[in-house]
Amino acid sequence: MELLIALAIGVLFTVGVYLILSKSLLRILLGTTLMTHGVHLLLLTMAGLKTGAAPLLGEKAEAYVDPLPQALILTSIVISFGVTAFYIVLAYRAYRSAGTDDVEGIKEERQ
Amino acid sequence: MNNLLVLPLLIPAFTAVILIFLRNNVNLQRTISAVSVFLNIAVAALIVVQVSTDGIQTLYMGGWLPPYGIVFVADMFAALLVLTAAVVGAACLFFSFASIGEKRERYYYYTFFHFLLTGVYGSFLTGDLFNLFVCFEVLLVASYALIVLGGTKIQLRETLKYILINVISSTLFVATIAYLYAATGTLNMAHLAVRVTEAGQGGVLNVIAVLLLLVFSLKAGLLLFFWLPDSYSAPPSAVRALFGALLTKVGLYAITRTFTLIFVHDLGLTHNLIGWMAGATMILGAIGAMAYNDLSRIFNYNIVISVGFIAFGISVATEDALNGVVFYLMHDMVGKALLFFLGGLIIAASGTERLRDMGGLIRRYPWTGWMFFILALALVGVPPLSGFAGKVMMVRSGFGQQDVVLALIALGSSFIVLYSLIKVFQQAFWGGEKGDEPVRPLHYKAMMAPAAVLFVIVIMLGLGAETVNGYVGQAGAVLADPALYINAVLKE
Repeated sequence: MELLIALAIGVLFTVGVYLILSKSLLRILLGTTLMTHGVHLLLLTMAGLKTGAAPLLGEKAEAYVDPLPQALILTSIVISFGVTAFYIVLAYRAYRSAGTDDVEGIKEERQ
Repeated sequence: MNNLLVLPLLIPAFTAVILIFLRNNVNLQRTISAVSVFLNIAVAALIVVQVSTDGIQTLYMGGWLPPYGIVFVADMFAALLVLTAAVVGAACLFFSFASIGEKRERYYYYTFFHFLLTGVYGSFLTGDLFNLFVCFEVLLVASYALIVLGGTKIQLRETLKYILINVISSTLFVATIAYLYAATGTLNMAHLAVRVTEAGQGGVLNVIAVLLLLVFSLKAGLLLFFWLPDSYSAPPSAVRALFGALLTKVGLYAITRTFTLIFVHDLGLTHNLIGWMAGATMILGAIGAMAYNDLSRIFNYNIVISVGFIAFGISVATEDALNGVVFYLMHDMVGKALLFFLGGLIIAASGTERLRDMGGLIRRYPWTGWMFFILALALVGVPPLSGFAGKVMMVRSGFGQQDVVLALIALGSSFIVLYSLIKVFQQAFWGGEKGDEPVRPLHYKAMMAPAAVLFVIVIMLGLGAETVNGYVGQAGAVLADPALYINAVLKE
């Protein structure tokens, strides 16, 4: 299972980096989102994929799942939500003002 | 347990939330903001006094003892930086009153301002690596908004770039946290320090250390500063001052904290790397500062030089050098804010950012001119002024530790700082007036007031160096001996 997820992380990172290197703002945005998801999976896998009960007191289970990575991922997801939303709005605004979502088009000459 | 520690985070956060509802009442927004920043200064000063008398203060959120739960730690280093940031933040706020314009004020400028401060204080005070990431994000999101507020084409372009850089570095940060958690099983900084000592720093832990250095360097502008000069010239002067004074310093704080507390067992690798990055940063920053002819770029490359200089102090890593780092960080926060204030005044008075089109301002604005001149001397480190004490401590221990090349680069970079700032002074203030008719800044006096306050602080930091050194020495002692920090956090 770890191997499978490690592969998934690799694919997400590869695709993410590929998309970030393109010129279209929308693709860059998708690239960052995919990379963030890769990182979330990485967080989950790094603690080891354990099977067991929920980490609740009084459940008296023999094996518990490590709750910390899940808390971290949750926080990280919320943050990436916010940043992605902001980026989308910004990309749209840049598209409206430049008439293109091409990074080169937005660049235009200085002064 | 000391509940006071969370106040620097809560005050600006609550202020920001309240201000969202007062969108159309600019005067009320200003009043509340002003009260909030003064409250913050008072709390920060109180924390400094407490740390000074009772040692390192901790707060375990929700009563969860470390290594569980989030912990806030104020050692003298963090406390002093919070106090300096609070003072600089207050000055930036009053400078904004005079210069930012009602349009921005109506579009939640002060809300973002206070959220930015929340993130900055949080980063200084947190004792947990993941929480550091969260505080980074809080201040970054606020800074995205502050850069783009106004919506001109340059701002849009630079914000897109700035966000992309920071999203990538944040992604790397979380990945590093994942590796660190896998390797040590904890994210509490004090606990991490213990675990890294137990495991011995080598192999994978070195890789993680270098990755962390990479992430923080992107934020601090240490070597990886390619995004900084452009992004920081997009927003108006008040925002530039805030960014120049606070944002890169948060990255430097993170580097200092990580590489004096957690990864201290393989100095040959990590600290040498920091040293060479610092050297390259100073050289490249110096080239940039000499090459450009517009005000914002020259100032931004000056930020880069000082980042390199502080990193040089971190790489030397003796107690004396770390004292120097703390002192120079405080001086640089105040000095850079003042530099951008005066830059803002010059731009407002001459109506342009290009040095070639300026001239003769000394006749209309003698106070601004001489303040700028003395500030330039202070930033270079001419003796009675504030840059001197920190600089001399770092360079002296650099020579003492046989880092002769780096120490020489550091000294050389000071000359470039002097050259670039005197060039600005000469071209902006001397000679004849250029342009058809003089532009009169709208609120000259209101803009000068916060600048004058910071100017007094710059002088006081220099003249009262002996007194300040009493506090700085306490900060350096904790940085030089991680056991003090660890024992304070993990005592129970």
